Amino acid sequence: MTTLVESPPQQRAGVPRKKNRTLLLNAISIIAGIGVWWGFSLAGFDIPAPPEVLKRYGELIADGTLGEDIVASLTRVLSGFVLGVALAVPVGFLMGWYGTVRGLVEPWVQFFRTIPPLAIIPLAIVLMGIGETPKIFVIFLASFLACVIATFQGVVNVDKTLINAARVLGANDRVIFARVVVPASSPFILVGMRVGLGSSWATLVAAELIAAQQGLGYRMQSAQLYYDLPTIFVGLITIGILGLLMDRILLLAETKLTGWQERR
Amino acid sequence: MITIDRIHKSFPLKGETFTALGEVSLELADNEFVTIVGPSGCGKTTLMNILAGLETPTSGQALLDGKAINGPGPDRGVIFQQYALFPWLTVRKNVEFGLKTKGVGREERRRIAEHFIELVGLTQFADALPKMLSGGMKQRVAIARAYAVNPSILLMDEPFGAVDALTRVRLQDQLLVTWSQEKRTVVFITHDVDEAVFLANRVVVMAARPGRVVEVVDVDLPYPRNDELRLSPAFTALRNRVWNAVYHQETPA
Repeated sequence: MTTLVESPPQQRAGVPRKKNRTLLLNAISIIAGIGVWWGFSLAGFDIPAPPEVLKRYGELIADGTLGEDIVASLTRVLSGFVLGVALAVPVGFLMGWYGTVRGLVEPWVQFFRTIPPLAIIPLAIVLMGIGETPKIFVIFLASFLACVIATFQGVVNVDKTLINAARVLGANDRVIFARVVVPASSPFILVGMRVGLGSSWATLVAAELIAAQQGLGYRMQSAQLYYDLPTIFVGLITIGILGLLMDRILLLAETKLTGWQERR
Repeated sequence: MITIDRIHKSFPLKGETFTALGEVSLELADNEFVTIVGPSGCGKTTLMNILAGLETPTSGQALLDGKAINGPGPDRGVIFQQYALFPWLTVRKNVEFGLKTKGVGREERRRIAEHFIELVGLTQFADALPKMLSGGMKQRVAIARAYAVNPSILLMDEPFGAVDALTRVRLQDQLLVTWSQEKRTVVFITHDVDEAVFLANRVVVMAARPGRVVEVVDVDLPYPRNDELRLSPAFTALRNRVWNAVYHQETPA
């Protein structure tokens, strides 16, 4: 085979320029959004203006409240999320790989999936008290359910031809699992992790609204009692930014780990 | 040597018994290039899967050098129509896959992989991911990967079925070059009569309902085969004979 008769598919040209354009549009949109907010506040609506919120940001950072709240909230969400994913991945693999495990576990997963994690809070508080345990438990449940389904789907969807290809190359079940099933289902798992993190974050803030002595949700709840709108805005913006940051980190991991996928 | 001894394969389908293979017997000599051609539903892929050890016959048996085939093994390399490359591995890692499962050391793996990647003319793409390659290139990687574990038999299931007609002719030429440098027994399944005649020592023509062998045509044309041969009267005569066997099959009542 001396001559190379085909060339590989060409990369699409002009992608960087398109990206710059998107970034520019994003920036314009954000600035315009803040402008509209400011406009509403000037027009007499009962909301704080951007400088007022910025000032409150400074105060809450200076006295350490914001830092402590962020640490408290992030600790809860990350411990619940890590526990949830750590259990979901092996359970999802077992469900996908062994019909018996699927038959035993699936009804419970499907049942609990239909209950919003928040609806578990009253039960969790009664059974586990008002400490950290019920909050972490609810977050654990939220991320576990999202991730276990995704992992299971990933294993079930592994292309049978790839498994056959590995088998005829001499791979046994253990090798097929480690070197075909795990990498082939990784894109599904990462998507499950992103969904799980999103629902963990949403669940956490709600859990803190109900019962907590610290955290971003608690801070907004107590600000509500004093009609302290700037603090509520600080809370909302912080929650949004942190959620976005966490999602971006997972997205980056996803691109790095599953960049081999053919996108159509 | 492969012996296919009165293989019969049937399975239940919607409450009835579907016969994929009626009764098929064949013998393939070492280093022979055999193509199997026939209409869809004639059981050619089933036959290949049985040789690969991915399916078991209902009755009869397939023997490799006198030993019954039960299950896949590295003595038989398989090339699938859908390429079946591991998309998360580079070309090199794909080719090394079978060597790694065999427990071949890193240096040796790399040396062998390099040799077969060069044999299929993809040296400059050794570190590319499959998504960067065209269909024809992917299939050449699959051929290199099958060769790397040093099988005595290559089973190819319509390997060029998914590429365009021009690439297909080039791939056929290249496959014969590879095969002449690294002789193996090849069982090549196709529904393309020209392809079947151009590649083979022997063409096995199958018919459907039930799947069976209707004719075996010896292709006594010399290798290396080239474009000149494709257009020669001798080729055309054989091609017409196979064509008639494939397209003018008497359907049993």
